[in-house]
Amino acid sequence: MRSKNTTPLIAALSVAAAATLILTGCNEASAAKPAGFTPQQMADGLFVVMSSDRAVYTKQVVNRLQNEEKVIKASEHWQDEKGLPLPAQMFRMGAETVAGKNPGFTYSLLSLWPINKQNAPKTEAEIAGLKFISDNKGTTNYYTEEVLGGQKYYTAVYADVAVSAACVKCHNNHDDSPKTDFALNDVMGGVVIRLPLK
Amino acid sequence: MAPKQKWLWCAWIALTLSLAVIATTYSFGPGRQWLLPGKTTHGHYQIELSCDACHTPWLGVAEKACQNCHAAELKAADDSHPKSKFTDPRNADRLRLVKADDCVVCHREHLPEQTRSMGITMPMDYCYHCHQQTLTDRPSHKDFGFETCATAGCHNYHDNTALYENFLLRHANEPDVTRAPQTPALNLLATLIEEGAFTPRPALTSEDPDGPASATLNAEGLSEWLGTAHAQAGVNCTDCHEQPDGPNLPKRWVDKPDHAACAVCHATEQSGFLSGKHGMRLSKNLPAMTPQQARQPMKPKAAHVELTCVSCHGAHGFNTGSAAVDACLSCHNDAHSLAYKSSGHFTLWLAEASGDAPPGSGVSCATCHMPREQTESRGQQLVHVQHNQNANLRPNEKMIRSVCLNCHGLGFSLDALADTALIGTNFIGRPSLHIESIDLALRRQMTLKKTKPETSK
Repeated sequence: MRSKNTTPLIAALSVAAAATLILTGCNEASAAKPAGFTPQQMADGLFVVMSSDRAVYTKQVVNRLQNEEKVIKASEHWQDEKGLPLPAQMFRMGAETVAGKNPGFTYSLLSLWPINKQNAPKTEAEIAGLKFISDNKGTTNYYTEEVLGGQKYYTAVYADVAVSAACVKCHNNHDDSPKTDFALNDVMGGVVIRLPLK
Repeated sequence: MAPKQKWLWCAWIALTLSLAVIATTYSFGPGRQWLLPGKTTHGHYQIELSCDACHTPWLGVAEKACQNCHAAELKAADDSHPKSKFTDPRNADRLRLVKADDCVVCHREHLPEQTRSMGITMPMDYCYHCHQQTLTDRPSHKDFGFETCATAGCHNYHDNTALYENFLLRHANEPDVTRAPQTPALNLLATLIEEGAFTPRPALTSEDPDGPASATLNAEGLSEWLGTAHAQAGVNCTDCHEQPDGPNLPKRWVDKPDHAACAVCHATEQSGFLSGKHGMRLSKNLPAMTPQQARQPMKPKAAHVELTCVSCHGAHGFNTGSAAVDACLSCHNDAHSLAYKSSGHFTLWLAEASGDAPPGSGVSCATCHMPREQTESRGQQLVHVQHNQNANLRPNEKMIRSVCLNCHGLGFSLDALADTALIGTNFIGRPSLHIESIDLALRRQMTLKKTKPETSK
């Protein structure tokens, strides 16, 4: 139960801390004079934190404990099977925890080939963004603006790449996966970050 | 001023004062019932006169009112539809249709003509707005109406911990009875000692009671008390009966200590009690609940019993066996309760009570409605009784994991809990209904196995 509570919290705090640093600046000079980050710089900074945390969790927690030391398995049904949350689940739990704290920005992990259909792209920006990063093999990010619910957002889409054989194997074998021929380093989906604009 | 004018002024003042007194009495006293705009739901009627439990001073609903009481159970249920799912801007179009980020949109109070099961005031096909794709993704669902998603025993809006597909598959093909009941033993005393919250003491004898002479127990009461876990653990009269009038005030003897005295050692149990229908009035500083106020059938002779810890546990006997059956049946008068003593569950209970079966093998009212749970308490694994009897009751699928699966297979449990007639007879007989969930999951698994290309494995 402890891991259930702390994992998303750590992720949420990391993202929130990064957002705070980016927004406020982290040295005296920037505190005296706001750095004036652009929405793109802000989104890029958030993504660096998110992707780094996720990579650390994937390599230092899941891969080490499951594949190297064979201490515990990662499982989609990690609570019932007393295992570790999958990296994608950890990422989503972090996103939901962040949303619960209402820091002003939101992020989500979506895919053109989602296992859970609720994670398919919905808005025009999501559809265009996920197609763009997939067509470009994840080499270029996608940035745009969109209006949702009467609010204007800066929306950035970053490629989510299959970084390990475990990602590929799990998605290709999952009963609900609409795509079963993923290969290592393929773009499997995208991280969508939204910042509200005035 | 003319005498007639004086008289009119006096009458006006007297009338105004009288109206003010009446309004004040009825608005802030027990008579404030007239302020209710409509009948309150079954979950809230006990505390309906504590308006500020939910409302702001200007009759709005406090933002955290629902969370204050329900956040813990939603977290325990791993809520399938938390607010954070809907505050994502990508769901703005859905929020326009169903404002699912606000509890009171689906659970409006004081609207009896509109209130359905589980206190839902929405049309029951609400799943349609977000899950239309299910009809194409799951061909087996194409003939199901959206109004049946949450009413046919297959899905719940908040708690799907016993209903999700992988769980159904893992528990498919289980027999009706999987194993004999084995209720875990309580371990509060050991936990308190381990935590350093209680220092072991020698068991007390008839010479040891330390109450004042004016409060001496009679021989029968003393004998009853000496047999309790309290006396065995060295818990003396003054441990319960000497209570402070307030924070930082000296203790004084109290003839009838309330639930706060019990909470010194039984904090977890008290928390559950105050959250459930038995104790929620006390948690809002209202007079204790009485069976007379209940909406379920209750025994007339118990109408005026005030529900506190001792109403079920006794003032000095603290017999948990009696509290688990006799106390319940002394008030509850519905068909399910009345049929209990004819049930197989009661047969098991009698066998345990008579010593013919091992401890923990009986099935009492409390086994199902106040189950023993294991939780972490300051680093220790505490086995305690969940005293919120509603925590696993509505919807009753919440009972599957915490209770039914301890002895029964999932398929049998789903069918039995969906059969209201069988519930009425206290499960005497077999379910006459069948919930298809497991069948659908198995069929889908078979279909996927046939269609999945081998190369992808």
